[in-house]
Amino acid sequence: MSESTIYELSQSGRKGITFPEPDVPLTPLPKDFLRESLSLPELSEFDVVRHFTNLSKLNYSIDGGFYPLGSCTMKYNPKINEEVARLPGFANTHPLQPIVSIQGNLYLMYQLQEWLQEISGFHRVCLTPAAGAQGELVGALIIRKYHQINKDFRRKKILIPDSAHGTNPATSSMSGFKVIPLASDAQGNVDLDVLKTECDETLAGLMLTNPNTLGLFDENVEEVIRLVHQAGGLVYGDGANLNALLGVLRPGDIGFDIMHFNLHKTFSTPHGGGGPGSGPVGVSKALSEYLPSPIITIIEEGDEEKPPFFGFYKPELTIGTMKAFYGHFGIHIRAFAYIAMHGSKGLRDIAEKAVLNANYLMTKIKKDYVLPFNRPCMHEFVVEGAWKDIPDIHALDIGKRLMDYGFHPPTNYFPLIVNEALMIEPTETESKQTLDDFAKAMKAIAEEARENPELLHKAPYTTPVRRCDEVKAAKDLILRCLVPEK
Amino acid sequence: MFTPHTPHEIDAMLKAIGVNSIEELFIQVPAKHRFPELNLPEPLTEMEIASDLKEISSANASTEDFISFLGAGAYNHYIPAAVDMILRRGEFYTAYTPYQPEISQGTLQAIFEFQSLMTELTGMDVSNASHYDGATAAAEASNLAYHYFRGKRKKIVVSRAVNPQYRETIRTYLQGFDDVLVIGDEETINDKIESQDLIPFIDRDTAIVLVQYPDFFGRVIDYTKLVEVAHAAGALVAFIFNPTALGLLKTPRAFDADIAVGDGQPLGIPLSFGGPYLGIFTVKDKFVRKLAGRLVGETIDHDGKRAFVLTLTAREQHIRRERSTSNICTNQGLMALAATIYLSLLGKEGFRQVANLCYQKAHYAAKKISALKGFDLAYSNTHFFHEFVVKTPQPVRQINLRLQDHWVLGGYDLSQAYPELENHMLIAVTEKLSKHDIDDFVSALEEVTGV
Repeated sequence: MSESTIYELSQSGRKGITFPEPDVPLTPLPKDFLRESLSLPELSEFDVVRHFTNLSKLNYSIDGGFYPLGSCTMKYNPKINEEVARLPGFANTHPLQPIVSIQGNLYLMYQLQEWLQEISGFHRVCLTPAAGAQGELVGALIIRKYHQINKDFRRKKILIPDSAHGTNPATSSMSGFKVIPLASDAQGNVDLDVLKTECDETLAGLMLTNPNTLGLFDENVEEVIRLVHQAGGLVYGDGANLNALLGVLRPGDIGFDIMHFNLHKTFSTPHGGGGPGSGPVGVSKALSEYLPSPIITIIEEGDEEKPPFFGFYKPELTIGTMKAFYGHFGIHIRAFAYIAMHGSKGLRDIAEKAVLNANYLMTKIKKDYVLPFNRPCMHEFVVEGAWKDIPDIHALDIGKRLMDYGFHPPTNYFPLIVNEALMIEPTETESKQTLDDFAKAMKAIAEEARENPELLHKAPYTTPVRRCDEVKAAKDLILRCLVPEK
Repeated sequence: MFTPHTPHEIDAMLKAIGVNSIEELFIQVPAKHRFPELNLPEPLTEMEIASDLKEISSANASTEDFISFLGAGAYNHYIPAAVDMILRRGEFYTAYTPYQPEISQGTLQAIFEFQSLMTELTGMDVSNASHYDGATAAAEASNLAYHYFRGKRKKIVVSRAVNPQYRETIRTYLQGFDDVLVIGDEETINDKIESQDLIPFIDRDTAIVLVQYPDFFGRVIDYTKLVEVAHAAGALVAFIFNPTALGLLKTPRAFDADIAVGDGQPLGIPLSFGGPYLGIFTVKDKFVRKLAGRLVGETIDHDGKRAFVLTLTAREQHIRRERSTSNICTNQGLMALAATIYLSLLGKEGFRQVANLCYQKAHYAAKKISALKGFDLAYSNTHFFHEFVVKTPQPVRQINLRLQDHWVLGGYDLSQAYPELENHMLIAVTEKLSKHDIDDFVSALEEVTGV
């Protein structure tokens, strides 16, 4: 199975979609500014449809199978969300229309802000950030500005547990902070003694993922927050793992100051093959004027006769604008539909089943794999993808072999603090049968590792391509198709 | 709602785990705050939410019912049916980042083709897999330049004729670096919206100069001199381009730009009230290792067969952590796919046709509108592509409100971002508007201004 590129398929003179001839009198083109040539491919509509259909078949997807990619929350994406996001009244609105003509959009965004506030316990939510990483940037910039407004210019240090996503330290340095990695203790929690030594007058804040990337709820979380606050710092919550907390705990209630949501994880908007995501940010009351612009607000209260009138609000101390316009509105619609279909009980059911599935799968898998932190997990867990008595088998081999059994591999080599990590997040939408099948495959692979390690080294065997030469890719750097001579 | 567990299965699973209830799995959560009752509406069924959202969407006026002359960063182009049909394949939209190349060749090859199309369009050497949108791509271009000079050059020179939201985004992104100065677009410099006015700002401390092409006012400006001056000072130059315009116009590379970024929304992506869109990011070869964001490269698999993989990942946050220059993690995968399908469908001929139609119709509209009493073309000596500025006899806001009664969405009110441009409307025309639509707009303008 392989598919030619669009340039290889191209036939000189072949046409795809064409447009009507101009219906207006012609104006000469600006001679000095015209390009010489533009070598786009020449394909028929059918060529294009068949090409991309064939390409799609080379992908693994949630719709096609179990996708236990830890920290990515690959749950089922309800199909109704795709329908409603494409309603012409939404999809065909221009972002700069007069606000009187976009009250439907503004109502939806306002309501989503309110719901996210209620779900998380934060005072105000801004929907604009384009992705989780951009939400983090918002958080770090708010921390920076907050200390500046308070004329506390010494606070240059951000603490980040060593189990954190790579985006946390990258975001912090992008915001001008010095990053101090924070060790985890033997239970996988933030090490309180280490934390105490860092709590001084240079502390700007702490970025904390809870449950952390080991899938563990930090039992000391309230003490961690208290210590940071006492030292004058702010606590940022990475909402990547919010799926475990829906209707279970509101991060705002226990003192988090800022948190981003990943609508594409927790609220089931599709991952799109790597985006678009959406990363709204919630903050406490004290920080509500620092959020990016705009926030959707009620400009004129409604009454029995007429609905409220919605508009934009620019927070007084805003860190600025994160992108053009108001965020990924198409994603907001999907998240809105998802929350509306769940309600309070339904959201709690998500977290409960996500945690039930993870613990069940962990129980089954830990018989054959090393579990570095043996305590109940939340929505995901991490095992070692290696055994002391089997040299030469790595997490990568296990992941690759899983493909032959029809599964997407777990996240591997993350978190960095676990040797040969395999990070498994089943999500709530998978059935017991699927989990049993996966556990069976994991068990079979553990046996293969002992009996026939060579089999694993060369896996996978049944996929559209086999293991790829990444060194060659980086050395040769072929980053585009060969375009035929003009 | 979407959890498949039967009571029987739940019991079996709890038993296997060794707990008595699901609640027991949450004992680590502080008891005081555990299981809060959320004040949310009662859940709706699929049928109910479908109907509710239809009703909410009908509270909008959309470009479906109105003829629209709004552009200013988002453009109403025709999207061939095949684009969305392909995007709806679950194999594409329910996959994630192609970390596992063996089972992600569809996404990887599509991105590789996207990179190819973007480099062809811009004339640049390398394109990444995309950024969030045009504004963040412009901010990342500034970020790239700052790091390229290791923080030694502190000035980011940006034209006042760059989209105001893009300029705000650049400032937001760079505020973490205390010593960076974003300069060149100050409001106090009255009328400094010509590119040559940037030249005095450029010196040995300048990291990058950013211009828009066509600029925010739709003008096609010859940046040759500006680029020369910037390069003589050792600075980089970034072009913020409109992709449709490149169907006809010289590439950023032809002006010797170092970086070319833009918003790919015009390439088959719906207006969708401002997002999700597509940040295009292309550079000259020598910046390939400084580039933020994903890159797909060609290689071979174990059997020697062609394959595609994410490459140069050592630049990125998950490897470099605090030493990476950007925190970007995702790209706009599905939007990049839309642009790839769009350009493949239109191809060489169709894409040029669209660009030409935009140009022709915009020029027709400009002629007709400027012939109206009280209306004038603002920059009549400069070339434009599919957007232009007219001086209006009355405040634009007022005109636009009245135009709605004629089922017209008027152009962008420039006074919102440029106080000196009171009574100036930025009008965009695309291939979707017919001569008839344009004539209707012209008569509506005449009527609502009462001249």
